[in-house]
Amino acid sequence: MSDSSRVRPGSTLEIRDLHVAVDDKEILRGVNLTVRAGETHAIMGPNGSGKSTLAYAIAGHPKYTVTGGQVLLDGVDLLELSVDERARAGLFLAMQYPVEVPGVSVSNFLRSAVTAVRGEAPKLREFAKDLKSGMDALSIDAAFAQRNLNEGFSGGEKKRHEILQLELLKPKIAVLDETDSGLDVDALRVVSEGINRFRSTGETGVLLITHYTRILRYVKPDFVHVFAGGRIVEQGGPELADKLEAEGYEAYVKASA
Amino acid sequence: MGLETASQTKPLSTLHEKASFDVADFPVPTGREEEWRFTPLSRLKGLHTGAAASGGVVVRVDAAPEVTVETVGRDDERLGRAYVPADRVSAQAYSSFEKATVITVPREAVASAPTVVTVTGSGDGAAYGHTLVRLEPMAEAVVVLEHQGSAVYADNVEFVVGEGATLKVVSLQEWDDDAVHVSHHHALLAKDATFRSFVVTLGGDLVRLSPSVSYEGPGGDADLTGLYFVDAGQHLEHRLLVDHSTPNCRSNVVYKGALQGEDAHAVWIGDVIIRVEAEGTDTYELNRNLLLTDGARADSVPNLEILTGEVAGAGHASASGRLDDEHIFYLQARGIPFEEARRLVIRGFFKQLLEKIELDELRQRVFAKVEAELEK
Repeated sequence: MSDSSRVRPGSTLEIRDLHVAVDDKEILRGVNLTVRAGETHAIMGPNGSGKSTLAYAIAGHPKYTVTGGQVLLDGVDLLELSVDERARAGLFLAMQYPVEVPGVSVSNFLRSAVTAVRGEAPKLREFAKDLKSGMDALSIDAAFAQRNLNEGFSGGEKKRHEILQLELLKPKIAVLDETDSGLDVDALRVVSEGINRFRSTGETGVLLITHYTRILRYVKPDFVHVFAGGRIVEQGGPELADKLEAEGYEAYVKASA
Repeated sequence: MGLETASQTKPLSTLHEKASFDVADFPVPTGREEEWRFTPLSRLKGLHTGAAASGGVVVRVDAAPEVTVETVGRDDERLGRAYVPADRVSAQAYSSFEKATVITVPREAVASAPTVVTVTGSGDGAAYGHTLVRLEPMAEAVVVLEHQGSAVYADNVEFVVGEGATLKVVSLQEWDDDAVHVSHHHALLAKDATFRSFVVTLGGDLVRLSPSVSYEGPGGDADLTGLYFVDAGQHLEHRLLVDHSTPNCRSNVVYKGALQGEDAHAVWIGDVIIRVEAEGTDTYELNRNLLLTDGARADSVPNLEILTGEVAGAGHASASGRLDDEHIFYLQARGIPFEEARRLVIRGFFKQLLEKIELDELRQRVFAKVEAELEK
């Protein structure tokens, strides 16, 4: 890793009483959560509970209106920053449905992103080397770099590409929005290994949003939060995931309704 | 019954049209006519009302060694054989030019370099021109038409592409801000001829360019590509007509434009006619407009008229819209600042078009022009 010598103090993401609306409809109703470096938090919940809204609101998607609360990354309120400033501050969102961008090649996009996040253009040879080893580790074909961004990618290719970006950009906090959805077991294993490489330094925090417990067998969480009705309704350790696996979300859905 | 017969043999879109070398056959347009309704006539500086020629442009030709260039008078019999003017300004140009440029690529000759025709406006009033590019059978050539300076200019360009010949044309409209240019480009394709047109329109107050194609025999193949970037106050209009009247010919039209600024106005008309006798035709036309700011307007009118049941393929598409918020969000979410994200997406929008320009030097030049527009 090219910048492993850089000292990165343990970062902390603090979500405080976050309220978010879409088209005047309140979706998040007071979310509180702290993610520290070295921790992996799983957010689990039924469809429509607001999990993805949490992810996109933190990243700053214009569709979501924050109506209250704070999101602090090492004390800086991300909500005061533009989308790109949040990313450069060390936030990363792996998207559930990465959008196709015609005419923008993967390699050009990745170089632009790495340049923006590091604040300087990477040396061409070094970047090519990082890119190649990153792609190899995720079993991504070399020809992929010349393709247009997400255009014609299979579901599995899109998710691997998201994790490739995660490994190249080395954020302080990664929010992974249903990265496991639509993956077969082989792809899930490859993607999970990428996430585990990313968190192996112990200097980064991970917020893993998922509907299913399957990915948690590969990416072991330290904390599990149950999301329902736009807020966290229960918290626990990894054993909570096992309980959800056995009992489902019904009890929480009823309680939050 | 009579009307029904007429509509079955003659395309509806041509019923009202006429073709003539005589200006008097065309009344002065009022702006209500279908072919003039998008054009701001008051900005034509008299090209439609018979403005007298005062020689405001200079034409220079740098030809490939295999190519002959002549400057001929109005009486040259080769002129006007491929194309008859279809509107008043075109007829005005035809009846007003004094000298025409004739470029000939001899039989089986392969031009070793592009032939560059540079039209430079000096700002001295109206001017009219005529250019004929002739490719004899099996010849191959690249012709670049460059338009620059300040002018009030109307002209007709005839491309006569012989049997099995290949002509690639790049037409660059890089006029000064006050220029007015009304131009017809007509390509007549013989059997198995190949025609590639790449139009780049960036400069000028009002540019109205009408590229058209017709076929004399089967196997003709035409690709018409266009790129325009419309800034505040500019009116850039492209009117395409592909007339399939012989069997087993192909055409593909792709025009893309970006618009930014108050009263930036793009017009794209794409007419494709597949006549009864043109069985086995394969055609597609596409126009896309990217509206980068408020106050810009794009009119896009594709029109596909099919009079035979036996086509190999026929389609059209048109879309005008803003930059996609989701594209910008995705790039910004990776740390790329808004302005750069916007540039990346716009570059991507034009990228496939630019890749069609085979000449490296020219492609890079056009690319640089687009980049400069993005910096505005």
